[in-house]
Amino acid sequence: MIETEIGGNEERTSSSKGSLLIASDLHKRFGRSTALAGLSVEVRGGELVAVLGPSGSGKSTLLLCLAGIIPPDRGEVVYRGRTLASLSDATLTRLRRDEFGFVFQFGQLVPELTAVDNVSLPLRLAGLRRRDAATRAREWLARLDVDEVADQRAGEMSGGQAQRVAVARALVTGPRVVFADEPTGSLDSLNGDLVMNLMVGAAREQGTTVVLVTHEARVAAYADRELVVRDGMLAESSGSR
Amino acid sequence: MSLARTLLGLLEDQPRYGYELKHLYDDRFGSSQEVKFGQIYTTLARLRRDGLVDIAAIESGGGPERKLYLVTPDGVADLERWLGEPEPAETYGRKALFSKVVLALMSGRPAHEILDTQRSAHLVRMRALTERKRTGDLADALACDFELFHLEADIKWIELAGARVERVAAELGEETP
Repeated sequence: MIETEIGGNEERTSSSKGSLLIASDLHKRFGRSTALAGLSVEVRGGELVAVLGPSGSGKSTLLLCLAGIIPPDRGEVVYRGRTLASLSDATLTRLRRDEFGFVFQFGQLVPELTAVDNVSLPLRLAGLRRRDAATRAREWLARLDVDEVADQRAGEMSGGQAQRVAVARALVTGPRVVFADEPTGSLDSLNGDLVMNLMVGAAREQGTTVVLVTHEARVAAYADRELVVRDGMLAESSGSR
Repeated sequence: MSLARTLLGLLEDQPRYGYELKHLYDDRFGSSQEVKFGQIYTTLARLRRDGLVDIAAIESGGGPERKLYLVTPDGVADLERWLGEPEPAETYGRKALFSKVVLALMSGRPAHEILDTQRSAHLVRMRALTERKRTGDLADALACDFELFHLEADIKWIELAGARVERVAAELGEETP
């Protein structure tokens, strides 16, 4: 893993159950609409949490606040003991680059770049040499069973392949947390299952924490527990598996 | 079991005759299959034996006797308990799940709580199936997928019902005679 100034170098395991991410009393409004209305949540190290809820319930906003992409209007997000709002822009950028991984509904790969170059990107941004980055990228592509498209441009791949490349890009830096927003939303059931199996398998192996936003119960069932968001608040949280 | 509890729910707001219960049941819960008068009266007799309903009045005009049934405090407690419990997350529990949600809506109970409890029970089962699918062979995967897709359909309906809770509750409340 690439270290940032936020934290040390302690070992991560799937059994590390201390709180990694704590959000307290989050409020967020966009114009007249309220996205978050006092939502609090704790995510432990190494756990997979699914955030469920209808469209417009605030689940994607929650993810963006937890990942420090948008600040809440009120309330705070504490990651490994540090309040995100207290970090400088530069630190926050490094944190998102080095400790967080992101997977979105439509992979958001750079279409002109090959799979290897797409997966190498976060490593190159972190200062790795091209050859080292490419080697590590190829390892991850093989792990996600898309090594056959390693040298194809993203725009030439199928949706399922592109999404697996996106998962490889999210995991290649060895992030502590992966934030996934509807990662199977654009895939058929078979490819969706494949992506979830590979993402969850890799995350569990590495002890990576996953926060997964989805409206599909079958996808949420891959997680250890679910948080249900309704009208910007938490409706219910199940026990762990 | 769900017919008995549904009758308790239909008696909660006011005493009713057996034929009224049959028509209300068919209208709200019967979908394509009507309940038989015999089933209604047998169920009412059993509920009366168990102290969950009682007879409020007997009308004996020119024709056969007509009994007016009411739900007892024990009957309301039994209904409350049933509404608060999730149905087993299995494909055959569907009818009871439907009855529970509609009854909760009609009686102004917090349907969201029932829906949340049920979704949670479904997801516990779905997590177990997902894990079995991950570690099992192709036959396991096919069997688990079959159940997972049906449970997911339940949850989709639960979500939809949740989204409609307030509107539907208002409509059903106005219609209840």
